[in-house]
Amino acid sequence: MKIKKRGIAGTLESSDVMVVINPHDSQEIKLIVQSKVEKQFGSSIRKTVKDTLEKCGVVSAVVDVRDQGALDCVIKARVEAAAYRASDEKNVKFGDLS
Amino acid sequence: MAYNKKAAEDYAAKNNIPAFKGVFANSPQLEDIATKQKRKLKSSLEDVIKSSGLKNGGTISFHHAFREGDKVVLQVVKKLAEMGFKDLTIAPSSLLNCHDGLLEFIKSGVIAKIFTSGLRGELGDAISKGIMNTPVQIHSHGGRVHLIQTGEISIDVAFLGVSSSDEFGNANGSHGELSCGSLGYAKVDAAYARYVVVLTQDIVDFPNYPASLSQDQVDAVVQVDEVGDPSLISVGAARLTKNPRDLLLARIAASVIENSGYFKSGFSLQTGSGGAATATTIFLGEKMVEKNIKASFALGGVTGSIVDLLKKGMIEAIADVQSFDVDAAQSLRDNPAHTEISANEYANPSSKGAYVDRIDTVLLSALEVDTDFNVNVLTGSDGVLRGASGGHCDVAAAANLTVIVTPLLRARMPCIVECVNTVVTPGKTVDVVVTDHGIAVNPNNVDLKKRLVDARLPVTTIEELQKKAILLAGKPDPIQYTDKVVAVVRYRDGSVMDIVRQVAS
Repeated sequence: MKIKKRGIAGTLESSDVMVVINPHDSQEIKLIVQSKVEKQFGSSIRKTVKDTLEKCGVVSAVVDVRDQGALDCVIKARVEAAAYRASDEKNVKFGDLS
Repeated sequence: MAYNKKAAEDYAAKNNIPAFKGVFANSPQLEDIATKQKRKLKSSLEDVIKSSGLKNGGTISFHHAFREGDKVVLQVVKKLAEMGFKDLTIAPSSLLNCHDGLLEFIKSGVIAKIFTSGLRGELGDAISKGIMNTPVQIHSHGGRVHLIQTGEISIDVAFLGVSSSDEFGNANGSHGELSCGSLGYAKVDAAYARYVVVLTQDIVDFPNYPASLSQDQVDAVVQVDEVGDPSLISVGAARLTKNPRDLLLARIAASVIENSGYFKSGFSLQTGSGGAATATTIFLGEKMVEKNIKASFALGGVTGSIVDLLKKGMIEAIADVQSFDVDAAQSLRDNPAHTEISANEYANPSSKGAYVDRIDTVLLSALEVDTDFNVNVLTGSDGVLRGASGGHCDVAAAANLTVIVTPLLRARMPCIVECVNTVVTPGKTVDVVVTDHGIAVNPNNVDLKKRLVDARLPVTTIEELQKKAILLAGKPDPIQYTDKVVAVVRYRDGSVMDIVRQVAS
């Protein structure tokens, strides 16, 4: 999946996560995570975001994650939705990735 | 025999009793008719502090009836700093977010030691990061009185903000424009501090009744612009929730009390502040009306929802150590069935009789509960000080039925855990934990479990709840601490229950 433009999913409400995906000029994932549960779940959040992007086939993107304590399933869904929006993919298969 | 002055003096000297040296020898305050009635009135805070004899290293105290609206603590500490005081111990009954400004005075060495029930906000953050050399002593509301009586908290000067006082120091919190309601905590300071200062915006004609703080305890009275903002008393503590999860928790908690075996005429109750607790009071009140079950008394931490039940005749009396909102403060002023009690009467385990001893059911909240039913109400899931001991362990220990209400998760953080970060209330004193994913009964209370199961309430085990929390949230990485102790949790009898360490950066 190629990231063509900015894609946003999620909110800044408690228990949600806002994911912003932008195109990147090199072939890598640049991941920025801010979380209010960084100390307890920081590594888990990074792993979930990377795994979800990999399953979406995203190899180049700038990914900005603002987490308000979202559960894993929420993070997956938000990353997936943001990636679809950023890639302009019309043939959406939400939830097919896990 | 005629009066013989010499014989009296000889007798006094021989028996080592003071001889009479004139009527004003030991009461010079009465000598000057012009000043004797106004002698306690001081012109300014600075004037009071000078009169108090406070020295560097001394201990000052405050009460927290104004909660987030308090304007006394910072006003006084700022003045003490200006006057050059150092190394003071402050012993307020609690500290809230509005006291973040104390940080500056800890850094500058004005404050060296703290006794408090609670720590929050930037102050809690900074202390968790190790800003103080001496650990903060965290006490419960009952435990504070115990520490004062044993002399560990030895108050040199108490600065007590009140809503009205006369020039002789008869003061209360229930009358006057800036009303905070009960002065339950301040009553203890007035009784034990060496020098007692009453601060008020409103100096009224003598005598000012009711005298929650009485003239025989008060050394000085000073008028200040503001002692507090009553509109901020209920902020963050005592609002009625619209949060559907809190309402769900409240409905289950009310059903637990209804089916606990204690819900019968003449029962007594305490419900704390916080969304779910206030809502539970309302739901329980509906059941009381429906079944015509009247409570003998309610204790607390009093909110408007308890006052409503008093007005409806469903509660016979209220014993009020702290008024959580305007409704409670007004009821204390106007309703003779609503009585002010001191923190000693409320919850001190070494008093000859505390109201908590007579409580049937209490509803309390929690930050974390562990599988041994231990409760943390002090440190957040990141290990940082952000709560208060309050009356939690006092009433849990004394009540017949202690109900803890907490969501299973707060955002992603499990609230039912294997081991709490900090123990404030020991699990032995907790009977049942209500969550949005089921109810866990302490295994030492077999009868209660049977009653709740028979009532078809969603009873599970604490271990199941803990596992479910992990299943939903994932397993959190443990918090990293250093070896430095930043706070000591004192149980209500003064013993050390737990220690809080510095959070590693």
